[in-house]
Amino acid sequence: MARTFSVRTQPGFTFIAMLCFFLLYLPIATLVVYAFNSGQSVAIWEGFSFRWFESAWNNRAVQEASIRSIFIATFAAIVATFVATMAALATTRTAPYPGLTFKYAFINQPLMVPEIVTAVALLIVFSRIKVWTGYSGIAYLLAAHTAFCIPFAYLPIRARLENMDLTLERAAADLYATPWNAFKRVTLPLLWPGIIAGFMLAFVISLDDVVITEFVKSGGQETLPTYMLGQLRRIVTPEINAIATVFLLISVAFVTMFFIINRKKP
Amino acid sequence: MATPREIAIAAERRDIRNRWLLSSPALLIIALAAVGPLFVMLLYSFMLKGDYGDVKPWQFSGDGWFGVFLQRDIFDDTLTVADAHITIFWRSVKLSLMTTLATLFLGFPTAYFIATRPPQRRDIWLFLVTIPFWTNILIRTFAMQEVIRNEGIVNSVMVWLGLISAPVQIMYTDWAILFGMAYVYLPLMVLPLYASMEKIDFRLVEAGYDLYATRLQVLRRIIIPLVKPGIIAGSILVFIPSLGAYVTPRVLGGGKNMMLGNLIELQFGQGRNWPLGAALSITLMIIVTLALLVYVRNASKTGGGHG
Repeated sequence: MARTFSVRTQPGFTFIAMLCFFLLYLPIATLVVYAFNSGQSVAIWEGFSFRWFESAWNNRAVQEASIRSIFIATFAAIVATFVATMAALATTRTAPYPGLTFKYAFINQPLMVPEIVTAVALLIVFSRIKVWTGYSGIAYLLAAHTAFCIPFAYLPIRARLENMDLTLERAAADLYATPWNAFKRVTLPLLWPGIIAGFMLAFVISLDDVVITEFVKSGGQETLPTYMLGQLRRIVTPEINAIATVFLLISVAFVTMFFIINRKKP
Repeated sequence: MATPREIAIAAERRDIRNRWLLSSPALLIIALAAVGPLFVMLLYSFMLKGDYGDVKPWQFSGDGWFGVFLQRDIFDDTLTVADAHITIFWRSVKLSLMTTLATLFLGFPTAYFIATRPPQRRDIWLFLVTIPFWTNILIRTFAMQEVIRNEGIVNSVMVWLGLISAPVQIMYTDWAILFGMAYVYLPLMVLPLYASMEKIDFRLVEAGYDLYATRLQVLRRIIIPLVKPGIIAGSILVFIPSLGAYVTPRVLGGGKNMMLGNLIELQFGQGRNWPLGAALSITLMIIVTLALLVYVRNASKTGGGHG
């Protein structure tokens, strides 16, 4: 035999894997390329230009939707991370106690139910509350986003806590640190990467949400994804590609940061 | 005076109480804006539908649940099977299964490829799988639309190669939904498959070859049984969101080729039949929960034994 026999190779697998990576990136690449098209079309290339980025940047509806998206994501991620950190502290590093499994299932519940189901359930409840109170502001979106962000913030924080060494905290207690001081000076700094990871995950999840937002929003409360969904029904110009490209860059930046933070071992 | 035992019990009680207090904000938010509404929806599914959407409060009726699979004739009130709903249920299940198979076919070799790279390079390949995963689902669906539309790259290349003489209509067909969902959920197949392939003990594979097994026999008798938990996990992780998909069929399937998610939306929009929409949602949730139970049982069976 001319080549050495490798026990790890399977015929055709490398080819399919390469095909798979090609298929994963072909649509995204097409989308990004046509964002720079100077023509009106998303299919016929007419030359390179930034005009669609400019037009998206100056589009009033896009501006408002972006600001709303970022505001909702920031609010939801901050609140979700805060309460998820407390919940993670309450559900780790302990002997099992009554209600622990329940809490765990309850916090992860938004992950188990299809988004469309949560969306219509929220539509039912919120529309009733809207009738009762007459309030149709942004609080509904904030509440909905915070709720489904909690499990995403909770999981990395919990993972971090479970891998944490208890010795340092015991040492702090031995040195007469009050529980609060031990938490502030020892636990919290050690937990910080988990909290940041949880925050970023929650932020991206909130920013990306289409389905729940589409059902919960009142008139004039478009976020960037629901704005795009609405635009897809009309004749699409490369402006959508430009918005998507920027959106894509933000997501990639967040994922990269998340990866880097999570790679450092405690 | 309290005995040490009593003090310990009191301390433990206090600890548990503090832990409940600490987790209560998270539990409360989820109860109000996630779990609670599901119960309200269950209640709504048993109410009489309102004339312009919503329901007639506290007027109970089984019509919502009847409507899931049956329909009442408008002239003589006879009950017949709701063909339209059966078609949509069947399309949802069929497309979800096909999506699962397609992602398995593409994802299995990909995960295997990543797992057999040198350890320091695996992270990069995994990262390449993760990036599309974290990209907005709407953006990925839209990207797919640009590729498969009549003027898109797939049709252009096939016409250029002379395989077809005119562009084939893919958009607004079941195929478009299938391609879109397979594209969108592919990372959900690769990641759990990789997690179980990473643990393959290649001495077993070597032993297989020593005993004159062919490549195919090694794959079928050694590798696939070893990564079965990953195959099941990946399949369920793809199947569940496919079944509840809303964005992808809406964008790629157009108005005609509805899946369950779109049928549910229709009841809250033009259909103005909230009880039916609620009943359909709960039906979808039950199917998903059953699939999850299979997953949990599988995970607990394999998790405890040899690692």
